[in-house]
Amino acid sequence: MTKRYLDYLDQLEAEAIHIMREVAGQFEKPALLFSGGKDSITLVRLAEKAFRPGKFPFPLVHIDTGHNFPEAIRYRDELAERLGEKLIVRNVEDTIKRKSLSEPKGRYASRNALQTHTLLETIEEFGFDACIGGARRDEEKARAKERIFSVRDEFGQWDPKRQRPELWNIYNGRVHKGENVRVFPISNWTELDVWNYIKREEIELPNIYYTHERECLVRDGKLMAWSDFIFQEPDDVVVKKQVRFRTVGDMTCTAAVESIAHDIDGVIAEILESKISERGATRIDDKLSETAMEDRKKGGYF
Amino acid sequence: MDILRFITAGNVDDGKSTLIGRLLYDTKQIFADQLEAIESSGRMNEDGQVDLSLLTDGLKAEREQGITIDVAYKYFSTERRKFIIADAPGHIQYTRNMVTGASNSNLSIILVDARKGVQEQTRRHSIISSLLGIPHLVICINKMDLVGYDEQVYNQIVEDYKQFARKLRAKEITFIPVSALKGDNIVEGSELTMPWYKGPSLLEHLEQVPVSQDFNLEDARFPVQYVIRPLTAEHHDYRGYAGKVISGTYKAGDKVTVQPSGQTSTIKSVELGGQVLEEAFAPMSVVLQLEDDVDISRGDMIVKAADNLEVAQEFEAEVCWMHNKALKPGAKLLLRHNSTETRCVVRNIDYKIDINTLDYLEDVDQIQLNDICRVQIKAASPLLLDKYADNRSNGGFILVDETSFATVGAGMVAEIEY
Repeated sequence: MTKRYLDYLDQLEAEAIHIMREVAGQFEKPALLFSGGKDSITLVRLAEKAFRPGKFPFPLVHIDTGHNFPEAIRYRDELAERLGEKLIVRNVEDTIKRKSLSEPKGRYASRNALQTHTLLETIEEFGFDACIGGARRDEEKARAKERIFSVRDEFGQWDPKRQRPELWNIYNGRVHKGENVRVFPISNWTELDVWNYIKREEIELPNIYYTHERECLVRDGKLMAWSDFIFQEPDDVVVKKQVRFRTVGDMTCTAAVESIAHDIDGVIAEILESKISERGATRIDDKLSETAMEDRKKGGYF
Repeated sequence: MDILRFITAGNVDDGKSTLIGRLLYDTKQIFADQLEAIESSGRMNEDGQVDLSLLTDGLKAEREQGITIDVAYKYFSTERRKFIIADAPGHIQYTRNMVTGASNSNLSIILVDARKGVQEQTRRHSIISSLLGIPHLVICINKMDLVGYDEQVYNQIVEDYKQFARKLRAKEITFIPVSALKGDNIVEGSELTMPWYKGPSLLEHLEQVPVSQDFNLEDARFPVQYVIRPLTAEHHDYRGYAGKVISGTYKAGDKVTVQPSGQTSTIKSVELGGQVLEEAFAPMSVVLQLEDDVDISRGDMIVKAADNLEVAQEFEAEVCWMHNKALKPGAKLLLRHNSTETRCVVRNIDYKIDINTLDYLEDVDQIQLNDICRVQIKAASPLLLDKYADNRSNGGFILVDETSFATVGAGMVAEIEY
């Protein structure tokens, strides 16, 4: 008998596909939240594996803060076009105007928290009962404890004490009207697993994931891409650096890392060498307090 | 490189957090910013070293209440394997959490304090691991540094444990003397401190323990999750059954039966993402196309014609109750098994399993939170079950409250009445 052996990436892939198909089977109006980052790009590839030659049983939904990297937006539009799948974009800008929300000001101003308003509005507008996202448990300790099917109440809130036990590969997606479920198919993947999968699948990424020369502000020891959106202080110094982005979020809260990695092997080598965690290296939003992510999740964030 | 999923159970006192911290630290999975966060919290151990137990520190909600809410998942990898740790709190009231973490684990690490020997908690963790069908147990006799690395102490504990372990279903039990605090036999060996121990370190064992044969490749089970019908010009008549091979193997030409209808057909192709595969085996997610136009929908199961899978509505199961409100006979619940959901009634409680001794306690009139009981269940529609002991991937189910939709119980099929 031939030896039947499934490589770890195949096992992770099989698990993620199974989760996506459970979403398709259990929910009436699911959506895939697409950010233009590598994790959601990975989700799209997994959806192709799960549902081709059929269409995706959900649209791609992007909550656009208006502060995204233009490279990521371009990539998003091209991807939706190439896939022939539906893309829904909702803008934080519109929510701010309509609801007269006040924008955070000052040094750490970011629309990261305002995103949640637009997300909840979009969920309500389309009646989404499940939203697939690319969060991973290795990212952060609040995420380490979240379920693969994470039930949120009418306000999108996560309550760590009321989580449903999740056993075997059985996912309980039953919710009341108005509630919804956030689903995380790559919960068990690490940053390195994602990169190794991208390499194996030869997935094209927005070019900002690879080294390029960019004007950056040095802030709290981190390199922030210079843009019109970022808060500038008189003594800020703009420097030109060879950088890449390890995560891609808003330009206001995602830091670059110095890098010479011009291809995926270079990126993987740098991650193996790195002494700083992914969110630690690149996220300004988590640094604000030790429980920043836990608090945001309780408020309806991913 | 493959994956090993394991569970660690234990109290704060027996050094579980230190052990996990040590595994992560010594395999260089801890990043500088994470260490810095601990250092800046000012909490170090007496030697002025980073307290490794803090690496597994939890949520604010937990610290405020001094409790651990539930299972936390942690990840590390070596060149040989990716490891997924389900870290479950060990208190008796957290049986529910341990059951949850154990359900997906292939190996269980059970910590014994060398000064205290086999305790009630050791037995409880071993029994739960055994009930959940975990094939590999590793008994880490910890804090060997505090008993002078004494071989006699170790041997005595091993003997005591073996005496107790005769009742367990585990396929393989391994003993390792360790000091999580000092790092003996965690990643490196213990030639200096315990030259009398000739076995592998914990990490060496975790890297070597054979897990590929833990997948059942005998009984072919393919629960259909979703039907792919593109209805495009190119794929006008295409009908693909999407699902996961939870056990067994499938290839083109295999004769299959679709349950519960009993219709038969032949596999036309096995595919994934539009690519044809030679064969699918557990735990692959694939698409099956059949030669004949049979009526198949979500919840049906495609099995090989030669395989014996009975359709049953009544069965006995071991149920772990996970909700504050006790379960009483006659209670109606939703039952979810693979991609099927049906109503069911718990007709009778046969006995409660004492998870500290494995004794059966009879005359039980309700199942409380964290109890594990043998019950009789009748489902509203037919289910396609295997006994949990025969096929772990097709013998587990969850119970869901009909009004709150909370997951309130986990069950393992014990006997099936056809």
